[in-house]
Amino acid sequence: MSAQEQLGVKAQTVETSVDRGSGNLKWRHFKGKILTVLGWFSIIFGLGMLLVLILDVVNKATGIFSGGTNWLTWEFFNNFDSRFPARAGAKAAIYGTLYTITLTIFFAFPLGVAAAIYLEEYAKDNWFTRLVEINISNLAAVPSIIYGLLGLQVFVRWFAFGRSILAGALTLALLVVPIIIVASRESIRAVPSSLRQASYALGATRWQTVWHVVLPQSIGGILTGSILAVSRAIGETAPLITIGALTFVPFLPRNLFDVFTVLPIQIFNWTSRPNDDFRALAAAGILVLLAILLTINALAIYLRNRYQKRY
Amino acid sequence: MAVTDLRKPINPVRAIGERIIQIALLLAAAVSIFTTAGIVFSLIFETIAFFSEVSIIEFLTDTEWTPLFANQRFGIWPLVSATVLTSAIAMVVAVPLGLIAAIFLSEFANDRVRRTVKPLLEILAGIPTVVYGYFALTFLTPLLRNFIPTLSIFNSLSAGLIMGVMLIPIVASLSEDALSAVPNSLREAAYGLGSTRFEVAVHVILPAAISGVIASIVLAFSRAVGETMIVAIAAGQNPRLTFDPTVPVMTMTSYIVQVSLGDTPYGSLSYHTLYAVGFTLFLFTFVLNIFSYWMVRKFREVYD
Repeated sequence: MSAQEQLGVKAQTVETSVDRGSGNLKWRHFKGKILTVLGWFSIIFGLGMLLVLILDVVNKATGIFSGGTNWLTWEFFNNFDSRFPARAGAKAAIYGTLYTITLTIFFAFPLGVAAAIYLEEYAKDNWFTRLVEINISNLAAVPSIIYGLLGLQVFVRWFAFGRSILAGALTLALLVVPIIIVASRESIRAVPSSLRQASYALGATRWQTVWHVVLPQSIGGILTGSILAVSRAIGETAPLITIGALTFVPFLPRNLFDVFTVLPIQIFNWTSRPNDDFRALAAAGILVLLAILLTINALAIYLRNRYQKRY
Repeated sequence: MAVTDLRKPINPVRAIGERIIQIALLLAAAVSIFTTAGIVFSLIFETIAFFSEVSIIEFLTDTEWTPLFANQRFGIWPLVSATVLTSAIAMVVAVPLGLIAAIFLSEFANDRVRRTVKPLLEILAGIPTVVYGYFALTFLTPLLRNFIPTLSIFNSLSAGLIMGVMLIPIVASLSEDALSAVPNSLREAAYGLGSTRFEVAVHVILPAAISGVIASIVLAFSRAVGETMIVAIAAGQNPRLTFDPTVPVMTMTSYIVQVSLGDTPYGSLSYHTLYAVGFTLFLFTFVLNIFSYWMVRKFREVYD
């Protein structure tokens, strides 16, 4: 075999490998196209489910697409729950949610912001601070129903608050405090230290600096985070069922120690009755709940844009 | 020369005020410790009371859970199997969809798409779970029954699938954060070696961010294990040891809901079962959370 032939063979091998290479390159780029398509599919699948869910609930509540009965009427807001679907409404649940959440904010907001101020502005880097930090990130991952068991044991039994609005609000407050702390810390940390130093240089004490300089600068982020925490509390069902919030409440709560129900529990109750009319009422309740959450989240976005600062 | 701390007030009255404020703030931070202590102690306290009446051997070996019947049996496995089954079904949906969405958003999509899609997907995580439960029971189950005629009205399949949809943004968002945190120098080096976009994303960036990605999956699984309303509404109330996704089952969380809906006298055995089941649930999620935390710390690639 001559050297030329050998070379020819070699050249051929090189050529084929280049050919295979270019075909392979197409395939290598094609894999990227597949991933892009799958990526869009995942996103559209998720958002599509959201859309189907909303349309389905709207249809079941108002009969707008299928021509059924409209359950989202004035009576729905103004009637108490009843054994007869035509007379049942969500008045007790809507007021219950309003009272419980107001009280939850009353407990959780000062507590969460104060803890965040302590951790960012006062805490030294010692074992206590590290313990609190690890603890807060752990608490954020505890299932909400476990908070219900805590509330049942501590607030309902030991403190003897009973199955009351007070016990419910305290339980929800403990549930959302870690969220408020994390959001508030982030916002406080974003205030540049030059502002603090300027304040100290003018003779302000530590608390004066926090109150007059740090808090006004970080209030936007604190409010946004707290509003998101509140929207979490509004949708919570399991911890309130666990502390024994009632499912059938045909009256408005008179004081903090009265029994109560909230919108998610009312929805759960109507859903568990094997009757299409009650299921339609549940859909109407869901629409009200989603409308409240949408409003609150829009408010959070508005506040975030309004207070957004660049240093 | 003595250094004066400018932040300390000179006026003694104000100094006392500052001190009081500081102590109040410290107490607020300490509330989180009290919360954890309260959770652990109330769970342990009532669980011990439970095991003084029921042997731990029965709890861990019996295969039936019938504490509310005349013939009481206290085997935790039916509740555990249902919890694992619904969570596993949820992961089958959430992990592939969430991970592909994360890789796409981090490595393929442009900035505008990323900034629009991420908050939109996060809406899914903000829908109250009672709404998902309603949707699973009244929409998905009737739909699936067209294809699987033997599907019960209550089943772990539709509860799990809907739970998976809810968890997509958790996997997608946290994994996207981990992928985006990989420095650009790695991408540029891989492109410089002639890699395609797919190869950069899958063979370079994904392995570099793997600890964060796995942590997001473990966190989503932990959420699924603790999720209550979807399974309480759509998966049924029948404790049985099975991995058949078409029949009604009862998860640990559904059991807690079922007992809470009835009138449970304080100190009774059924009151104690709440805490024994709650403690088991807490251990599950605690181990998962610690694992996810450890995963991030141990396998994190550190870039400067």
